[in-house]
Amino acid sequence: MAAVTTERPVSRPLQGLESGRRRYREKIIVGSLFLCAALSIVLTVGIVLALLIPSLEFFGQVSPVEFFTGTEWAPLFKNSQFGVLPLLGGTLVVTLIAAAICLPLGLLAAIYLSEYAARRTRSFVKPILEILAGIPTVVYGFFALTFITPLLRENWLFGTPPGVFNALSAGLVMGIMILPTVASISEDAMYAVPQSLRAGAAALGATKYEISTRVVVPAGLSGIIAAFVLGISRAVGETMIVLIAAGGMPNLTFNPVEAMQTMTAFIGAAGLGDQATGSIGYKTIFAVGISLFVMTLIMNIISIRLVRKYREVYD
Amino acid sequence: MIERPMSENRGAVVMDEPERTREGSSDAGVAPEAGADAVLQESAKLAEVTRERRRQVKKDADAETVFELKDVAVTYGGSYAVQGVSMSIRKNEITALIGPSGCGKTTVLRCLNRTNDLIQGAKVHGQVLYHDIDLYGPKVEPVEVRRRIGMVFQKPNPFPKSIYDNVAFGPRVGGFKGNMDELVERSLRRAALWDEVKRDLKASAMALSGGQQQRLCIARCIAVEPDVILMDEPCSALDPVSTLRIEELMDELVSEYTIIIVTHNMQQAARVSDRTGFFTVAEGQDEKDHRIGILVEYDLTPTVFTNPSDPRTEAYVTGRFG
Ligand SMILES: Nc1ncnc2c1ncn2[C@@H]1O[C@H](COP(=O)(O)OP(=O)(O)O)[C@@H](O)[C@H]1O
Ligand SMILES: [Mg+2]
Repeated sequence: MAAVTTERPVSRPLQGLESGRRRYREKIIVGSLFLCAALSIVLTVGIVLALLIPSLEFFGQVSPVEFFTGTEWAPLFKNSQFGVLPLLGGTLVVTLIAAAICLPLGLLAAIYLSEYAARRTRSFVKPILEILAGIPTVVYGFFALTFITPLLRENWLFGTPPGVFNALSAGLVMGIMILPTVASISEDAMYAVPQSLRAGAAALGATKYEISTRVVVPAGLSGIIAAFVLGISRAVGETMIVLIAAGGMPNLTFNPVEAMQTMTAFIGAAGLGDQATGSIGYKTIFAVGISLFVMTLIMNIISIRLVRKYREVYD
Repeated sequence: MIERPMSENRGAVVMDEPERTREGSSDAGVAPEAGADAVLQESAKLAEVTRERRRQVKKDADAETVFELKDVAVTYGGSYAVQGVSMSIRKNEITALIGPSGCGKTTVLRCLNRTNDLIQGAKVHGQVLYHDIDLYGPKVEPVEVRRRIGMVFQKPNPFPKSIYDNVAFGPRVGGFKGNMDELVERSLRRAALWDEVKRDLKASAMALSGGQQQRLCIARCIAVEPDVILMDEPCSALDPVSTLRIEELMDELVSEYTIIIVTHNMQQAARVSDRTGFFTVAEGQDEKDHRIGILVEYDLTPTVFTNPSDPRTEAYVTGRFG
């Protein structure tokens, strides 16, 4: 920008042009913005390192093969067992139950809000959804334990009723917890689909339902996938509900009425107890933590791929 | 569905119109480059010959009426946008609706396939007869109406899907059971797009140029085999060459369809249409600031452009519109 001034006749005194104050201030702003960006990167690297170092020590003592294929999880007992599969299984079961609740319901709620609801209904319901998304998870945990679990136990129709602690109740409530987030973000994606596409489909004789399912949902798919993955990531990482309602027993089963422990619940439970720093129990927490971290990282990478692939660019 | 008034300059092509029309147009087109200009003029002349022949035939045969509008008015949230529109639209003709921005051309067009239903607060008054059936009668299903009366929009609005899926969309929702590949090919051929896209029908429609997208929208529209095609300023976002292609296309399509085109490009109306309706905005009497669209004159296109009966029409087509 500055170079241009030499070409043209200067109408104002040269001193004014040479003043460095502007650029000095600009430099400070750029510098501090860079520092903020750098800080977040440094922190992330720091956290990963803090996870990685004790984990590496752990895998020096316990073979990764035993860790990832073993079916017994009893790291804190005298006769310790380090097979993480029961925790992984627990995480999977609870997450699947939550997903089975929140994906279909979230999508339907989003379609209703974006395509069918009157503008007034939408402007009323959307903020409520966002408030629901802000309820502390410990509240959901006790809701599962003191409301959903008794409900299930009293009205159970087939086979053995669920125990006081069970994966089903935790998964259901987790699904309810994630539902507003999934619905709200999917709805944003659908609402952002240009009106001209709806008008175009309507002019071809599509019904409202056909417009919603064949034009709006596909056009907003990348945002909807992002909402789903965010929801599932939250389910995988959720601790409080499973800690309270699913019980603390590592249990390699896919029967949802049994008590289970998820990876997060183990971290939560073991972290509360006093593990001597540097002990094997202490390192176990980090090993499970980094496994969880890698899992969610892979999920996020997949979701970014999916979002790119299904991105339907309009405009 | 909010229509933004958009300059038509990009879409206009200057050609040998009667002198008064050309110099007078308020939105005179940007002349294309010298080379393209000669080509354009040449093909435009050819098109003009076929058009003249068609018009000659048309005058003899007393064409059947497709739409009969009787004192149609439209209100948005209770206030009138357009009022007192009565006109009858003939089969296998191109009817142009012209007039300044905001005079209600789009609004009237939307009455004809009930897309006004999709706008909150819009209400149609008066009577719209389609082949003697009241389009707003209690038993009429708007979805069925729109299957028979297709629409092409001002801004090309292909779905973010493949070219094939765009064309197949209408037939699919309409429950088409025949050979879809054939239908897609036929529609793309009729829209003069086939040769440009046949190599990759799976390609995204969003990768096409603006002119190709608009022809795709026309293909998508004729794939449902409608009876009428409504076009709302279909060329306003296109360059002169694409505009000419669309105009030629309309000329071919009109033997099978009835076409109603909204344009605020007068040369285009003069070039393509058989009949022209001129709308303008009148100062409303009821409220202070309220302006209402009205239909001033509706007649054969040559009459409207060379021998209009209303001074407001004359002022507009000669460019003395104030
Ligand atoms: N969706 C809408 N909601 C409210 N008013 C509208 C809407 N569409 C058009 N109008 C009003 O109706 C009048 C005519 O608009 P329109 O039919 O788009 O004119 P044209 O197509 O001739 O430019 C304008 O005053 C405009 O503000
Ligand atoms: Mg318009």
